[in-house]
Amino acid sequence: MSLLEATLRAASVLAAFLVLPLLVGQAEHKVMAHMQGRLGPMYAGGFHGWAQLVADGVKFVQKEDITPRAADRWVFRLAPAVALIPYLLAMATIPIHPGVAAVDVPGSLVLVLAATSVGALGTLMAGWASANKYALLGGLRAAAQLVSYELPIVLALASIAMAGGSLSLMALTQAWSPWWLLWQLPGGLVFLVAACAELQRPPFDMPVADAELVMGAWTEYTGLRFAFFLLAEYAGIVVMSLLFAVLWLGGWHGPFEDTLGWLWTLLKGFGVAVLVIWVRVAWPRLREDQLQRLAWLWLVPIALAQLLLTGAGVVMGW
Amino acid sequence: MSPLPGILKGLITTARTALRPTHTAEYPDVAPELPPRSRGVIALLEENCTSCMLCARECPDWCIYIDSHKETIPATTEGGRDRQRNVLDRFAIDFSLCMYCGICIEVCPFDALHWSPQFEYAEVDLLDLLHEKDRLGGWMASVPPPPALDEKAAEPAEIAAANRPARGAGLAGGAGGAGGSGPRMPRTVRPRAAGSPRPDAGGSSPAAPSPPDAGEASP
Repeated sequence: MSLLEATLRAASVLAAFLVLPLLVGQAEHKVMAHMQGRLGPMYAGGFHGWAQLVADGVKFVQKEDITPRAADRWVFRLAPAVALIPYLLAMATIPIHPGVAAVDVPGSLVLVLAATSVGALGTLMAGWASANKYALLGGLRAAAQLVSYELPIVLALASIAMAGGSLSLMALTQAWSPWWLLWQLPGGLVFLVAACAELQRPPFDMPVADAELVMGAWTEYTGLRFAFFLLAEYAGIVVMSLLFAVLWLGGWHGPFEDTLGWLWTLLKGFGVAVLVIWVRVAWPRLREDQLQRLAWLWLVPIALAQLLLTGAGVVMGW
Repeated sequence: MSPLPGILKGLITTARTALRPTHTAEYPDVAPELPPRSRGVIALLEENCTSCMLCARECPDWCIYIDSHKETIPATTEGGRDRQRNVLDRFAIDFSLCMYCGICIEVCPFDALHWSPQFEYAEVDLLDLLHEKDRLGGWMASVPPPPALDEKAAEPAEIAAANRPARGAGLAGGAGGAGGSGPRMPRTVRPRAAGSPRPDAGGSSPAAPSPPDAGEASP
């Protein structure tokens, strides 16, 4: 890979990283508004408020960047980057077109898993370094959530890896067949639920439960650093949605996949993102104990059963 | 017990709402539809004001300011007496204090104050919310005509008063009253002394009031 090509790939991933989360964010604005009988942003940019998030970004840039006096300075300042960068890395490995991914490494599935877990560490760092009781509580809740929901995600992905016989996202998507829609369905549902929880999205947003914890680990953040946390959340939705679209919905598989493969991947991913938004609007927040209960009594057993089913299927040669 | 139906119901409800038209009224672009008798601002009809100060005295937070002086009107006839009348110098309502209770409008005996639905008079400076006489008069243009009465509503007080016969008149026929309101008997008219004596009145006097109709009870 020449230097030029590497630069090009990096630039395209960065562009996608900056555009796709905004698209999801705007979709959330509009979908959530209409689900509540509202119109959502209508003025920014002229046409149906398409530039609302750009305006929000400009606003965040103008705000003062405050570091609390008692805060652990370096950890506090580093936390948004730790939350944001891993999703950039994860996004780079996702294949969007037959044979096309920004970074195609043999163990990309493991890489994505590791990266998304590091992303949640950013919340932990922020909660610990803020020197604020609400932030600390939020951080601890995030840690508990991370521990409980990493396991179902790993188990669900392990089932896919077994079915496709590879640890590379590219090879797994290549191996996908419509039969997986049924065969891998339980694991897929487990992954969706666990991904929502990992992203700390409603109904699993106890770490930022604003009625209880102000803004959880993000309480002390202002300006651009706060915006980075928000961007990380939406980038996380993009990564998890694309991951689900690629592994469970077949990514580029569809009519004219040699030319339109990228479009199918993006459309499927967007559909999953809309589902994530829909769930946020429709359901209330779980309690902390309900969250743990759901993870350990439902998701982990279902994921284990899926693993068993997949193992049986692979051995029998389904 | 199973949580599934409720969960699905939530999804269905939100999806159905998303497919319906929204309730949002885009206010600055689209004028809001205000209900009748909306309380926006208080308008002053200066010609009706007699500077009687009733509104200023009844105002719970003392936000009405009235200044007036007396003028003498010379006698119109030879040897007559000069008369005096009040002339309004200043009438101001401080809308930074007003709590929109409407007591001043209720209490005004001459209908000099009216509710206007106009509400877009926010100011950058608090002091500019003190509306003087001319500005209060300007709001009169936006006062709507009173809404029509509901079906089967009671007659408005002034119409009932106009329909009432003059005191002691029109009682001979039993069905009295101007305006041809039919057999309805005005209650407040003092009945004629001559008539069948009331059974419960005893033999007090022939001048004791008695209703012209047997069904009507005494006040």
